[in-house]
Amino acid sequence: MPGALVDFYAKHSRLIDQIGVNALLALSLSVSLQAGQLALAQAAFMGIAAYVSAILAMQAHWPLIATILAAVLVSTVVAALLALPVRRLRGVFLAIATIGFGEIVRVFANNLSITGGAEGLSGIPNDATTPVIYGSLAVVAFVLFALSRTKFALAVTLVREDEHAARGVGVDVGMVRTLSLALGGAIAGLGGALYAHASFFLTPTDFGFARMEQILVWCVIGGVTSPLGAVIGAALLSILPEVIRFLSDWREVTNGVILLLVILFAPGGLSSLWRRGAIRVR
Amino acid sequence: MFAQQLLNGLFLGAVYALFAVGYTLVFGVLDILNLAHAAIFTAAAFAAFSLVAAGVPLPAAFLLAAIFAGLLGILLDRVAFAPLRKRNAGTLVPLISSIGVAIIIGAVLRAVYGVDERHFTLGGLDTAPAIHLGPITFTTVELTIFLAAIALMVVLSWILRSTTLGRRIRAVADDRIAAALLGVDLEKTIAATFFIASSLGGAAGVLTGLEYNSVTLDMGGPIELKGLAVIILGGMGSITGAVIGGFILGAVETFAVAYGLSPWRDALVFGVMFVLLVARPTGLFGKRALRQA
Repeated sequence: MPGALVDFYAKHSRLIDQIGVNALLALSLSVSLQAGQLALAQAAFMGIAAYVSAILAMQAHWPLIATILAAVLVSTVVAALLALPVRRLRGVFLAIATIGFGEIVRVFANNLSITGGAEGLSGIPNDATTPVIYGSLAVVAFVLFALSRTKFALAVTLVREDEHAARGVGVDVGMVRTLSLALGGAIAGLGGALYAHASFFLTPTDFGFARMEQILVWCVIGGVTSPLGAVIGAALLSILPEVIRFLSDWREVTNGVILLLVILFAPGGLSSLWRRGAIRVR
Repeated sequence: MFAQQLLNGLFLGAVYALFAVGYTLVFGVLDILNLAHAAIFTAAAFAAFSLVAAGVPLPAAFLLAAIFAGLLGILLDRVAFAPLRKRNAGTLVPLISSIGVAIIIGAVLRAVYGVDERHFTLGGLDTAPAIHLGPITFTTVELTIFLAAIALMVVLSWILRSTTLGRRIRAVADDRIAAALLGVDLEKTIAATFFIASSLGGAAGVLTGLEYNSVTLDMGGPIELKGLAVIILGGMGSITGAVIGGFILGAVETFAVAYGLSPWRDALVFGVMFVLLVARPTGLFGKRALRQA
């Protein structure tokens, strides 16, 4: 690598890693939004996976890859199980039920001894390097791209646009919703495991409603039905606070104003600016 | 012991109910989840703190802060919801723009007040001796908060039932297009709805600040989500349901603490909410009770 690039990386490696993790989290929500499901449990899936991978690494001394796989497995199963009771809920009701699930997970993390309670865990092996994170992102992007050319993707779009029509042509709506939530859970789990291994500490507040709001904002700013939009939304909004750091006290205000302006002038998200006919999620 | 816990539950529940009534009013009229409601709650608490610190008597500070919150609510609607309403933007996009406004309000408060906790100077109200009534005990502050919350909810109920504005609000909640065809000024009615809902949320913020005599930047966090549980319990859009839901939540929390379940309190609350949503999404009191309020 040329010297300037090495310097740039050394200076910003933490931010670069965060962008990769955040992009995974945004993608995980994007997957369930694409099926028309406003399911807001991504932060909880992320948290569950983060704790699983951190505990396996710290107490059982599993290697990184094994802890990540175990964490993804657990978060996928949890997401699939959550999909069962909420399958009849739509729109705001689904959102609130899944927010409630997230709060329950947070309370457990706050009170169990294995998760370290409110203090959380510290001393997690810091072995999720930049290549590991971006390698994972590439794998997820490849899987999503491959999926986008299957009949499953078609069924997902149909369920989002018109559930009754989807049923009419023989799509198993419940199955599509469950699978998309489970896939979202898997990706959020991957993001969570990498989050744990890219930071030293882990506390229950890392996965609270504030995190969920953040993930939702990334997705909507990028464009709800576009995976690429979700990644761009996550990247831009992760970089933004750094770019406007000079505003110090008024940085947060500026952050909110920019968010508001984007949403008011491009309700379909940034991706709608280059792709006509962006679709609304109800 | 039981009577005392029940009373504590009533005191806690009254403020939850007040907060949730405003939350659910906006949902009932506009079908949107207003995630800036808790930010306005916090802003009003800080406004009341500043007014009291500047020498304004507490009752006046309370009313002024509630009016301030109401105006903030109108501004919220103009900035975050009205432009989207014209475009029929669905439910997700307004949700995000309300998060944007919540971020801005929170950030302005942080820039103006910093992160330190603030306390009201209550001038004797807080040192007044506790009131004993048979087996139960309560403080003057608790009683004041309770009566203020109940009074505001009675006023709201009167407005919705017996005034022209109330009939207009209910008409818009029922069928926006039909209401407009019958000559109801939609934008004015929605602005009034936001004023009422936000001033109630703001009043709840001031009362919460008084309850613990503590005003902090993150005081709106817990009630934002618990408010969701309350309006689900009562049925989205139902005012009566939100009031009853608020009292149920207050009682559940108080008894959870009394029986040593304090750390698991929130899991209990959200667990009940989750089960109720799955089993009966319209809440205990059915959907759209605002229309019959």
